[in-house]
Amino acid sequence: MVTFDLVFPAWQFKGLPPDWPGGFWWHFIVFSIIILAFVLTLVIMFIWFERRTLGRMQARMGPNRVGPFGLLQAMADAIKVMLKEDIVPNGADKLVHLLAPLVAFVPVLMVFAVMPFQDGAALVNLNIGVLYVMAVSSISTLGIFMAGWGSNNKYTLISAMRDVASVVSYEIPVVLSLAGIVLLAGSLSLNDIVRSQAQSVPFVLLQPLGFIVFFLGGMAEINRSPFDLLEADSEIVAGFHTEYSGMKFALFYLAEYAEALVLSTLVATFFLGGWGGPLLPPWLWLIVKSWAVFFVLVWIRATVPRVRIDQLMTFSWKFLFPLALLNLVVTAVEVVAWPEALPVLLIPVNIAVGAVLVILLSRNFKPGGSQVEA
Amino acid sequence: MKLDYYGLGIAKGLMVTLKHLFRRPVTVQYPEQTLNTSRRIRGNELVWNEEKCTGCSTCAKACHIGAISIVTAPNPEGDKYPVEKYEIDTGYCIMCGMCVEVCPFEALYMGAGYEKAQYRRGDLVQSKEVMKYTSEKYVSGYFYPEFAAQLPLQTLLLEKITEEE
Repeated sequence: MVTFDLVFPAWQFKGLPPDWPGGFWWHFIVFSIIILAFVLTLVIMFIWFERRTLGRMQARMGPNRVGPFGLLQAMADAIKVMLKEDIVPNGADKLVHLLAPLVAFVPVLMVFAVMPFQDGAALVNLNIGVLYVMAVSSISTLGIFMAGWGSNNKYTLISAMRDVASVVSYEIPVVLSLAGIVLLAGSLSLNDIVRSQAQSVPFVLLQPLGFIVFFLGGMAEINRSPFDLLEADSEIVAGFHTEYSGMKFALFYLAEYAEALVLSTLVATFFLGGWGGPLLPPWLWLIVKSWAVFFVLVWIRATVPRVRIDQLMTFSWKFLFPLALLNLVVTAVEVVAWPEALPVLLIPVNIAVGAVLVILLSRNFKPGGSQVEA
Repeated sequence: MKLDYYGLGIAKGLMVTLKHLFRRPVTVQYPEQTLNTSRRIRGNELVWNEEKCTGCSTCAKACHIGAISIVTAPNPEGDKYPVEKYEIDTGYCIMCGMCVEVCPFEALYMGAGYEKAQYRRGDLVQSKEVMKYTSEKYVSGYFYPEFAAQLPLQTLLLEKITEEE
């Protein structure tokens, strides 16, 4: 049987050693192609998977006409969208309108530059990987705001303002929840974080609170339902991409799912052990884990109705933010006080602390308790 | 302490959607699968019984759309006029069923076919050869309960959900 490891043995998968003549460029080209292929293939699969699963959860079939099980539906949509007319509204800021989809999509690809697909197999193994991920992933907000501003339309602008508001508030708990991971792993490099999980246990067990905060905050940051206020079609048409058509719209659509892919792979990397796992090859473990996380995203989308803007803000500032802070304090105390503690002891303690804190902070949410005006 | 406010409510909702994931979808894949229509369907066609028809033109008079055109021979043969031309333009027909109800000789029935779309308007005109009643023609039970009794029962979506794979 020809396995992936045989075709791409580890040294080749990692690219040539950078000190070889031209080695860096080989490494760069190989990994750029791998990242592009990984992102585009998985995004298309995720779109198909989301539409099918969402359909089945609503007792529908989902797309099943194009290709086996409707697998080629995304291709058909892509062809359709490429043949469409590209409309730029009157009075739009043409340059901003043109650049916005690119600014929204490219940073999402850039996040994958530090994503380890295997031990040390990444485009660059940055020693400040977490910082890089957090910094780069917020750039796409700028793209969305450019789209909202450049379209010369009040709905797109409202949508863009909502996105900025949500990203500004959710960035804080997300970063704080990652600080707990960094404390445990003792490194900001994504590969080292995965490696330290392979040595002990996945951090979802040691950091249940951080997991919840990162997952929910990340969902809000990539504007997944139920936090997809900026695409609330009952209020503001289609949100920031109201005035977009053709390939520009397709880029936004792609960026949306690529962001979901980023969140899934990040959750898999930070909390579920990344490429670590028995039997299967490491890159497949990463895909399997991100797929599982994405299923939960779809599941939540099928279940929970969209929140209001004040509920969105309340959820961030009154729930996730204090939880993330408390989680950071608890983790820091644990790391300092019992540096040699076994995971067996820490897991029940952390889960108990997490449950108590969640229940205590849930008191902020009573039905109707977060209304702006009575 | 009402646990629904502490995350249990969302967990319940999640379980509902998960249950639906493993349920049979209710979608009918139309061109491949069809449901049995109502026994009293007023379909997109008429069925005309040549033996019973006397050429009295009551149906054409009852048709307030004027979709039925009928031409009979000037002289009767026995107790009926031979019908030379009997046409209905289904492009005009609103399937009200007046012609069927009014026919004194029970010679006109609603058809049960509903896939009669055409590419040209002229093709929508059904001639008497097309409409002619034969024993294997699928006639609707509209206004004729004895026909309805022979037809298969209508499939309800409810039954489709509960039916076995």
